[in-house]
Amino acid sequence: MHIPDGYLGPPTYIATYAACAPLWGVAARKVRESLDARRAPLLAISAAFSFLVMMFNVPLPGGSTGHAVGGVLIAISVGPWGAMLSISIALVIQALLFGDGGITAIGANCLNIAFVMPFAGYYTYRLLSRALSSERGRVLAAGIGGYVGLNAAAFTTAVMFGIQPLLHMSPDGRALYAPYPLSVAVHAMMIQHMTVIGTVEALVTGLVVHSLHRSRSAWVLDRPERRSSR
Amino acid sequence: MKEYRGLLVALGVMALLTPIGLYLPQITKAGAAWGEWGILEVRKMVGYAPAGMEKASDTWKAPIPDYAPPGRENASIPEQGIHYLLSAFLGIIACGGGAYLLARWLTRRGSPPADRRQ
Repeated sequence: MHIPDGYLGPPTYIATYAACAPLWGVAARKVRESLDARRAPLLAISAAFSFLVMMFNVPLPGGSTGHAVGGVLIAISVGPWGAMLSISIALVIQALLFGDGGITAIGANCLNIAFVMPFAGYYTYRLLSRALSSERGRVLAAGIGGYVGLNAAAFTTAVMFGIQPLLHMSPDGRALYAPYPLSVAVHAMMIQHMTVIGTVEALVTGLVVHSLHRSRSAWVLDRPERRSSR
Repeated sequence: MKEYRGLLVALGVMALLTPIGLYLPQITKAGAAWGEWGILEVRKMVGYAPAGMEKASDTWKAPIPDYAPPGRENASIPEQGIHYLLSAFLGIIACGGGAYLLARWLTRRGSPPADRRQ
């Protein structure tokens, strides 16, 4: 899901940087207002955690790979704005140090993986937690949240790929950037993420929430009703 | 920091397991993720290298491209695993360190009085 350099034309990557800048600002303000200083190291743990999760490449049928992100789990712990900051840091480090994801695409990747994913997944989790308030229910809600969040991010990523041939086409009909049309990009990305990777994300999210509930580190999971992120 | 010990241990264990994420795709001969192909692969797939993509594909020379030192892409399989493992620990330090500094800076400045008493 890490868009490399050269896949997005300048209008798209500039627009995504422009969209991310104020969101990073809001995230910083929200975290400053709502994060307890004692919980602050959780942001560091979260950034490192999501970096590591993304190293676990899973082979997919058809010869490609994908990986989970852990973004919704992080949002359940430090809130969606905290998740945005910590996952953004992981994405920046991946791009700068390891060439995983483009420099020009940092805005786009942060928008998809650090914003769309934690927000879509976290609010799914919160909505479901109201109905599923038992411990087992929360685990289920977290798993579904992970699935929804990952697929939401895969979808916005696919749309960014897919609009490139519409925006940039040379006179001889050749693509200038990402070459595949919207239908192909959305189809390919969603098939992979709705089947294998989404399931992996759901399992990781649910299992970690389950084991945290039972461990001494249960405080890591913030209760949704206590949060004032909105 | 006592309450964080368990979490840090968990991160360490995860890091030790990361080579699975390198070897599993190798064993199954899986290629790049969708939309993350190199320029040569794109040329093979669509029959030409998109001009803008070709120009921009080497915008940035990462110091540790694809979680291995430059030029060591074709190292032996155990060596690749070690590179991957070291990258995982470097990633923990870089991401954890960066996020920790940001979090400290954010929670120090203008934090509510309730936090300061602790």
